[in-house]
Parts: sequence; structure tokens; C-alpha cells
Amino acid sequence: MSPEAILKLLQYMITASAMVGKIFFLTLLFSLPLGLLACFGRMSKWAIIREPVKLYLLIMRGTPLILQLFFFFYFPYYVIGTTLPRFHAAILTCSINYAAYFAEIYRGGIESMPKGQYEAAKVLGFNKSQTFIKIILPQVIKRILPPMGNEFMTLVKDTALVSVIGVAELYQLATDTMSQSASTMPLVMAGAFYLAMNIIVSKGFEFAEKKMSYYR
Amino acid sequence: MSVLSVKNLQKSFDNLRVLKDISLSVTSGEIVSIIGSSGSGKSTLLRCLNRLELIDSGEITVDGDTMVSTENDKVKYAESPVLKQIRMKTGLVFQNFNLFPHYNVLRNITEAPIHVAGISRTEAEAKAYELLDKLGLTDKAESFPYQLSGGQSQRVSIARALALNPKILFFDEPTSALDPELTGEVLKVIRSLKSLNMTMVIVTHEMSFAREISNRMIFMDEGVIVEDTTPEELFNSANERTKAFLGKFHDVIN
Repeated sequence: MSPEAILKLLQYMITASAMVGKIFFLTLLFSLPLGLLACFGRMSKWAIIREPVKLYLLIMRGTPLILQLFFFFYFPYYVIGTTLPRFHAAILTCSINYAAYFAEIYRGGIESMPKGQYEAAKVLGFNKSQTFIKIILPQVIKRILPPMGNEFMTLVKDTALVSVIGVAELYQLATDTMSQSASTMPLVMAGAFYLAMNIIVSKGFEFAEKKMSYYR
Repeated sequence: MSVLSVKNLQKSFDNLRVLKDISLSVTSGEIVSIIGSSGSGKSTLLRCLNRLELIDSGEITVDGDTMVSTENDKVKYAESPVLKQIRMKTGLVFQNFNLFPHYNVLRNITEAPIHVAGISRTEAEAKAYELLDKLGLTDKAESFPYQLSGGQSQRVSIARALALNPKILFFDEPTSALDPELTGEVLKVIRSLKSLNMTMVIVTHEMSFAREISNRMIFMDEGVIVEDTTPEELFNSANERTKAFLGKFHDVIN
């Protein structure tokens, strides 16, 4: 590839990275709270809530994300007679997929809390929501930071999959350019972009863990 | 005046009867120790009195408020405002402290007064500093629990319980997680509460301490109260089970 072509591609890739960022943030916006809801459902003492949630977690974690993307893009056609806009289908799928993983990470964090913390809070008169918000949640966040870091980094990479339902982003751009220019350069460049984004994510988590290290 | 009254309390875990018909009463300012071997039910009794376990039958009254009663074999706990009121009147000090690791010492103490009792932050902090001063922890106000020794942790947890001005303070083996030196430190603090006329019920394995500090001692074995009497009488008891238990303790001492 000529230097001019590379420079041009670089500009396109910056724009395409914005799409990656958009999918990343929107997916987190929906999946983080949805995951907490699913986590409570999974821990519910009522089987009528717990069992369906378990099934949801199993399916979302047990089937490929790429397949789920196709499914949520085409399936609405058979129900409401029209497909969802591609971008919406992508956000919907990523959100409910990641919520399933987050739910299990939250659950792991919550269940790792010593019983004594609940008992101390109860004896001091805190009600259930106060106990969760003031005593349990802050400690759970510290505990789940490392596995959440994993998920966030995987999400950056998984955004490449949305190209299968025609959402144009970095990976799509790289492969298209590669076949046009008969060069692997676009792939290397795209890789560098994903890596750069994940360096930011991992630095963010490093910072958060440092922030939370004021106690043990 | 009776601050705590327990009548015919029963509690089972599955098919294991842990507490079989427990009745006792504690008057204001009294210090009562509960002793007995592991598995005798003394910790379960304390947990029932603090509603960490729900009872199967019987009656518990705290400072005139009935927490739970039993009519026609049906256990009935009071409405939540009453239970909340009882909560405020009782404090519990745990064996493992159970401090909140993400809050500093000051906040461990002030969190409940502010958010449960609705006291202003200024007032709660003033009270907390007063308690810290009394328990010799003034310089630890800004420390986090991981920075404290076991003895200091236990003293903070005592301060945390006292901050709600309880009418009665329960201790569940407060020194069992501590080495002998730190044990002395905590026992000194409990002794100092005696001069404040604090009503206390202490589950402990520290026999000499219990004997020294208590107005009354209760010996439990296999879910029943074997004896409920003065320390002097308990240590000179003719009861076979009491003698057997205290005998083991004397063997250790001698």
C-alpha cells in the first residue's frame, strides 16, 4: 500500500473506531444494570423467577454471540414482519449477551461476601437496601474489578462480530480494504487500533483498582 | 426492672434441638455471663435474642417491648416498628468483630447513628470521638480496619455498638479470636463498661473474667440452662454437670 493510501485508511479507521466506542459504551450502559437485575433473579429464592433466569444465562453464555446477532437481527421479521435496524439489533444482542456474563460475575462477588457483614449491618439496624448499597455493593465492586476488566476487554474485541449483520465498523473496514488492496497492512493497523483501545480500558481498570486499594 | 426476659425459648436446626425451653431474665445494670462447652447452645441463644435466628417457640421481651411471643403453638414476631425499636435498644459484639472494611473507624461508628437513628453527623461524630477517647482509640479515628490489631478491632466494634446507646449489650465470645495479651486489652474495656452501669450479657470462655465481672452466671449444657446463680455459688456447685465442666477448666488452669 502507498503511504497516501495508508494515511487515508488511518483516517477511516479513526471514524470506524468511533463506531466501536459507540457499541462498547451503549452495550455497557444497558448490560451493567440488566446484569444486576439478572443476578438478583438468579439468586431469587422463588424458583419461578430463578429458573427462567438460569435458562437465559445458559443460552446466552452457551451459544455463540455471532449466532445470537443473526438471530436477533432476523427473528423479529417472523414476529413483527420487519427486521430491527442493524445497529439496534447489534446493541440489543451485545447487551443481553454481556448482561448474562455480568450477572454471574456480580453473583460471584455478592456470594463471596462474609455472612458477618450482613449480620453486623442487621444488628446495627440497617434495612436490606441500606445494607446492600452501603455495606455490600462497595465491597463487591472492589472484588469484581479483575473479572470485569476481562469482560470489558473482550467486549472491545467482540464488537468486530457485529459486522456479520452489516454494521460497519473497524474489522469490516480492515477486511474490505485488505481484499481491495491485496495487502495485510489494514489487518495490522486494525489490530493496533483494537490494542490501543484495550490499553485504555486496562489502564482504566488499573486506576480503579488503585482507587479501591485504600482498604483490604 | 427487667431489661430482658426470655420465656420457654425453643430452637431447632432441622431435627437437632439446640435450645430446649430456655427461660431467663436480666435486670437493669446487671452483668450476666453465659458459659458452657461448644455446642451447648449459648451462641445460638444470643443469636436468637438478636434476631439473627428466628425462634421456634417461646417469648422474648426487651425493655418492655415484646419481640416475639407464642400463642397456640404459633410464633408471632412483633410488627416492624417495634422490632426496629428493639434493635436500637440492643447491641451485639461479635467474636470476629465484623467491622466494615471499606469505612474508617470513625465511619464504622457513626454510620448507624446517622442512617438508622437519624442523628446529625456533627452529633454522631462528637459522640464517636467521646467513645474512642473512652476506649483509648482517639488516634485511630482515621484508620481502616485492616490497620488495626485484633484488640483494637474489637474495641472499635464495642464502640460501634455503644454509639446507638443500647439498653443492653450482648457479647458473643468477644475474646475468642484474640491472643492472651489482646484478650486482656478487650476485657479491660468490658470491665470499664461496668462502671457505666451498662447491662451486659456475655457469652465467654474466660472463666476467671466471668467470675470476676458477673453478677450472675448461667451454665448451659445440651440446650438447657443447668444453673443460673451467682459466680460464687456456681464455682462451688454440687451439680455433677457443672462440676464436670468447671473441672475441665480447673485442669487447664492447674
